[in-house]
Order: sequence, then structure tokens, then C-alpha cells
Amino acid sequence: MMNYFELYNLPEQFAIDLIKLKEHYQTLQKLTHPDRFTTASEQQKRLYLTKNSQVNDAYSVLKSPVTRGEHLLIVRGVELPSEQDTVGDVEFLMDQMEWRESLEDAGTEEALEKLVTDNFDVLVAQEKVICELLSPNRDEDNQAAAQELAKMKFMLKLANEIETKLDRITDS
Amino acid sequence: MALLQIAEPGQSAAPHERKIGIGIDLGTTNSLVSAVQSGQCVTLADEYERHLLPSVVHYGEASIDVGYHARDNSNTDPANTIMSVKRFMGRSLADVTTHWHQLPYQFVADSVSPRFITPIGELNPIQISSHILSALKTRAEARMGEEITGAVITVPAYFDDAQRQGTKDAAQLAGLKVLRLLNEPTAAAIAYGLDSKEEGVIAVYDLGGGTFDVSILRLNKGVFEVLATGGNSALGGDDFDHLLASHLAHQLGLDAVAEKQNHRRLMNAGKEVKEALSTADTSRISIQLVGADQSTEVSVHLDQLNQMINDLVKQTISTCKRAVKDARVSLEEVNNVILVGGSTRVPLVRQQVEMFFKKAPLTSIDPDKVVAIGAGIQADILVGNKPDSDMLLLDVLPLSLGIETMGGLVEKIIPRNTTIPVAKAQEFTTFKDGQTAMLVHVLQGERELVDHCRSLAKFTLKGIPAMTAGAAHIRVTFQVDADGLLNVTAMEKSSGVRAEIQVKPSYGLEESEILEMLQSSMQNAKQDMQERMLKEQQVDASRVLEAMHGALAEDGDELLSDNERKSIDHALTSLGLCAANNDIDAIKQAIDAVDKLSQDFAARRMDKSIQKALAGHSVDDI
Repeated sequence: MMNYFELYNLPEQFAIDLIKLKEHYQTLQKLTHPDRFTTASEQQKRLYLTKNSQVNDAYSVLKSPVTRGEHLLIVRGVELPSEQDTVGDVEFLMDQMEWRESLEDAGTEEALEKLVTDNFDVLVAQEKVICELLSPNRDEDNQAAAQELAKMKFMLKLANEIETKLDRITDS
Repeated sequence: MALLQIAEPGQSAAPHERKIGIGIDLGTTNSLVSAVQSGQCVTLADEYERHLLPSVVHYGEASIDVGYHARDNSNTDPANTIMSVKRFMGRSLADVTTHWHQLPYQFVADSVSPRFITPIGELNPIQISSHILSALKTRAEARMGEEITGAVITVPAYFDDAQRQGTKDAAQLAGLKVLRLLNEPTAAAIAYGLDSKEEGVIAVYDLGGGTFDVSILRLNKGVFEVLATGGNSALGGDDFDHLLASHLAHQLGLDAVAEKQNHRRLMNAGKEVKEALSTADTSRISIQLVGADQSTEVSVHLDQLNQMINDLVKQTISTCKRAVKDARVSLEEVNNVILVGGSTRVPLVRQQVEMFFKKAPLTSIDPDKVVAIGAGIQADILVGNKPDSDMLLLDVLPLSLGIETMGGLVEKIIPRNTTIPVAKAQEFTTFKDGQTAMLVHVLQGERELVDHCRSLAKFTLKGIPAMTAGAAHIRVTFQVDADGLLNVTAMEKSSGVRAEIQVKPSYGLEESEILEMLQSSMQNAKQDMQERMLKEQQVDASRVLEAMHGALAEDGDELLSDNERKSIDHALTSLGLCAANNDIDAIKQAIDAVDKLSQDFAARRMDKSIQKALAGHSVDDI
């Protein structure tokens, strides 16, 4: 398992400097992109193709809070909960059902726009909670963060579904 | 495979020898070739100063004609005059015949892939495309007066793996070294980007003869980052011609039989009408039907054309809408819109694009040439003529890649619009107790059902140790390279059983078939081949020696233990001795030995350069 924080020379923490991430992405691209090695040996080509693929994957992982949080937990050796593990959380289940119902009921552009805003507010709050939980490296907090990340993932999926429905309504 | 010189990024490979890299726009209707001449990238003309080469090949009893001359035969010998072959690339015969009913060609009936029956034998779309590429290569060699080092060949951004692989195979058949497959809209952005030093978000709307692409890019300090791409690889100006042809047939009162008989004439007339309506409101055309004594005159008004093509144009606009959304930019952020492809001359297209993006599109570079020019600029950089160039292209995968899971569903492994190259792994497990084999079915597309996606390849992973259902862990790794081509490996984790396949699409060519075709095309080539191969190996050997000595002088003391150093030195000495002799295999083995022994050293050098760069040094100092 590759440590993407290390690859990007960033501190191993949830709160990272996104501008620095972008700068390091550009530097790493200029160093490792296959276009820089079209006249190199087969060995160099293979080596840099692998490295550049890691650079790209790392960027997409570190860029978004959910995948960054999950990666940090993996680096810390914490096992991520599978979908079955979160089924036991009754409160979370109720929440999910409520959100799904609101999405189903929302039939106008205004109602959906409101859902977009509500969803966004929840995501922002979740990110804040996760950031606080992950800031020390304590087992208990790491476990809690893992649960919270699963909830955030649900909210992101929901955001996509809201967008899709919104598109359908505005297109017709 | 020829090993070329090793040059670290940012380092000039001096003393510098200028190489010729060409850009090729292999279009549905027309193709072009370009190269940098006196610092400017220009398209290269034939001996009559014509830049376009119609993508038409005519097969006679003893000759193959490509271009204008071939196109002249399209009315008299339509069955042997292959037009728009790009539309058949990477597709099955069934795809082809259901999509286009009126084709005048004869196909081998019991073949899965389309095989054209011609006077020189059965030919597939890859071979026919290679004849177009050969003509362009010959033109470039004549114009540049030198051997061509390599080519950047453009493909529609929305081309899938099968279509890309087919294009690359065609180039290999034509004897061209492919430096890169470049997406057409990205090529156009390069042509404009370097011209105007523009920064910001660019939308490229590319409507060619047979394909439609839209790409949204961000340009920042020489880095072209494709944010999203979308399109339809079976929608283009040809479809406008088809609609016009049916309209003309209707106006002439032709029945189905007469329409088929006159297909090519009607299509050519349709094209003419379309082109005339780019600058006029009405077009009058006279058509001479097969067997008729005189021609009939028909007129078409622009409004009629607009009505016919309205739905198709609307489709392209909704694709633009999705691409903008996928790119996560707002319409206001799009600074510039570039129009590419001859079909963007159609007034309704321009009008709708302008209305959607709310700004007048850029058209200062000829929309027919802009893709070839971008490809030529990229080729010049990739052959190593501009080691100091900042330009870098970050392109994306146009269509999601996944594999089939239970119930005919597709599990996506790499989503569309992921920056390439990329490698992703996913673990799967067995369904039944004692299951020892697993079929891996690789698919490309956005839909959830296998039947709605493009089947790329199927392979079987055998020898999985018998375990209870769900106990085996099969790790399937997808590697997509910078050309957008896929390589899949599968491994069972507890036993280490591996399976590797180069995903060779069902309608393409096997590597062995390509080699066979290449060999049969070279007359009395055996002796020449041997001599050439020896020379190449010797050149390779000296390049490896030179590069390794340089690397050792720079980092050998720091990054190698005494033992490692000794074994590399030893391998280099053997290579030096071998290179002086005429044994091709021995040289090859000696190179491989150096390669193997120096692998870790190369990786350490890479990591060192990365660390140094991120520690605050600018990329240029390394």
C-alpha cells in the first residue's frame, strides 16, 4: 500500500493545504508524465508509467475529503467498515430513509434546490467533525471517524442523485 | 522495440540532432499530415499543393489509389472505393450493417468483423486505414526529405479501446512509430493555446465527418488539463449528407431500389448541397441518375436543411451540457470556444454552439487543419526537439471501464473522465464452493447492464485453489496508458496465480496477424531486416551504455552499494563486448541483463529526483 501523503510530500493529516497539493501535482506531472519519456528506454517508460499512474490516483484520493480520510485511516492501519457494518447503526438508517423520502417527494426545481443546500450543509458539518476526530491519532476517534466517513459517502451519493433528478426536471 | 536515448526531464539531450515528428489527423472524410518547418507547424501539401487527402481508397486489379484520384472513382466503381472507413474501425459487421443500410460494399458474409471484398483480396478496416496512413507518410517523407522518427496520430476523444487499438495497429502496418494517440479536441486546443497564450477554460466542439466530440480543458502555464470529455463516435457530417440524400431521393420520386442504385450519387449531391448552404440560402443541384440520359435539377433551401438536422444538432448540444457539468465548471467560466471539423461550417451548428456557450467561437485556424497542426506541435516535442518545453497534456479516459459481475451487471472500475495514465485494482471472489476458474469480462461504457456496454475482451483465470465460496481473493488490475489503451492483469492473492492479457478487442487484429502482414508486405526483406535489426541493436547498446555511464557518474556512489555497483559494471562491460560483434540475440540479452540489474537503481534515481523537486527546488533545476 502506497502512502500518498508521502508521495506528495505532505504531512500525514486530514487537513491539508489544497493549494500545495495542486502545486505538487503539477510538479510531479512534469517529472513523471509518459510524454516526457517517449524517447527513453523501455525500462524508464515502465517505471514512469507506474509512477505517473500513482501520481494521478493519489491526486484524486487526496483531493476529496472522503477518500483522503479513508486513505489516512488505511495508512494508520485502521480497518474501514464495510457496508454491512453500518447497517447496525439505527439512527443512521433512519436518517437515510428520511433523506430518500425527501428526495422522492421533491418534485419541483425549488424543492430540489433546497435539498441541494441542505445536503451541502450536512457535508460541510461532517467534514468538520471528521477533521476534529482525525486530528489526534487515537484508536477510538479513528473508529468514530470511519463511521462518519461512511455517512459522508452516503450524503455524496445522495448529492449525485439530487443532481440527476434536478437535471431531468430542468431538461424537460 | 528500439531503445532510444535516455533523457531526464528538463535535461537537454545535447549534442542535439533534429528529428522529424509528424502529426496525422486520420479523419473520416479527409486526412492531413503536418510537421514543424522553420519553427512553425504547418500541414504538408501534395505535389499539386493540396493539403487535404480525402480518406478514400480505391482498389483496382493492380493498384491502390488513395485520395482525390480514388474519390473520382466513387461514382463509377463504388463497390471498390472505400470511403469513411474510420466509421468501421473497431466495430463488428453487425454494427456496421445495422447502422448503415445503403453501403455499396461487399462484405465477407460469415465474418464477425467487417471484411471488405476487393480486387486485391479481403481487407479489414485496419488495413484500409493503413493504406491512407502510408500515403500520408510518403507525402511527409517527400516534403521533409528525411526519414520520419515517429508520428502523433489523432483519434476522436470518444473513441473506445477497440477503436484506439485499431488505429494504432493501422499505423504499425503502415510502418509508422506511434509516439502518441492524441485526442482530436486536445490537439485543437494545443494549436490555439500555443498560438494565443490563452489561459483559462476552453471548450472544444469538434464535429467531423463521422464523429462528434466535446472536451472541456483548463489551460494553465503550458499544462493542458482535460477536465471532461463527451461525444458520440457515430455522429457526424456524414449523417447530414445521409439526410440530404434521402431528401433528394424523395424529391426525385425514387423508389427503394433506385435509391440504393443511386446511393453514392445522392450522397455526393447531398454533400455538395450541404457545402453550398454554408454560404447561401438556397442550393440548386443537378443530378444525373444511373441510366438516365440527362440530369435533373433539384433545389434545397437552408430552412429545409436546418429542419432535417435539428435533432442531431440538439443531441450534440446536450452532450456539451453534460460535459460542462462533468467538468465542474460553470458556463460563465468557459473563456473560449473552439470549433473543429468541417461540419462546423454548417450555419445551424455555429448558431447553436454560440447560443449555448453564449460567446462567439474562435475560428481563426482553419477548422479542417487545426487538429493536424496540434498533433504536429506535440510530435515535435515528443521526438525530443524541444527539451525545454513546458507543455504537458493531461488527458482523460472517455468511457468508464468495468467488468461483468453476477446477473449481467457491470462493476465500474475506472470511471470516465479519470486522468490517464491510471491503474486501479478491484478484488473479486468466487461464487461457488470449489470454484477453480473465473471468467473476466472487460467492458467499456456508462450503462449498468453488460448488454448495453461495449464488450472489450474476455479471459479466464484458471488454477484458483479450490476454496469455499467467497474465500478466494482475485485482484483484477486495470492499467490505462497515455494513449488510452488498456492492459488487464488478474491475480489470485493466496496462490499467486496470474493471468495477463493485452486487451485485444474482438474486432481488431492479433499481434501475430500484424507481424504476418508486415512481413508479407516487404519484398526480399529478410536480408535487409537482419542487417537493420543488427544495426538497431548496436545503436541501442551504445545508447544504453552511454546513459548508464552518465547515470552512474551522477548517482552511482550515492545510490548503489559496492556489490550492486560491481554487478552493473560487469554487465556493462559484457554489453560493450557483445555490441562489437554481430550476434543480435547476444546483444539483446546483454541489454536485458543491464536492464534487469539496473532496475532498482533507476527507481532510486527516480525517487531521488521526485523528492528533490518536492523539497522546493523548481522542476527546471533537476
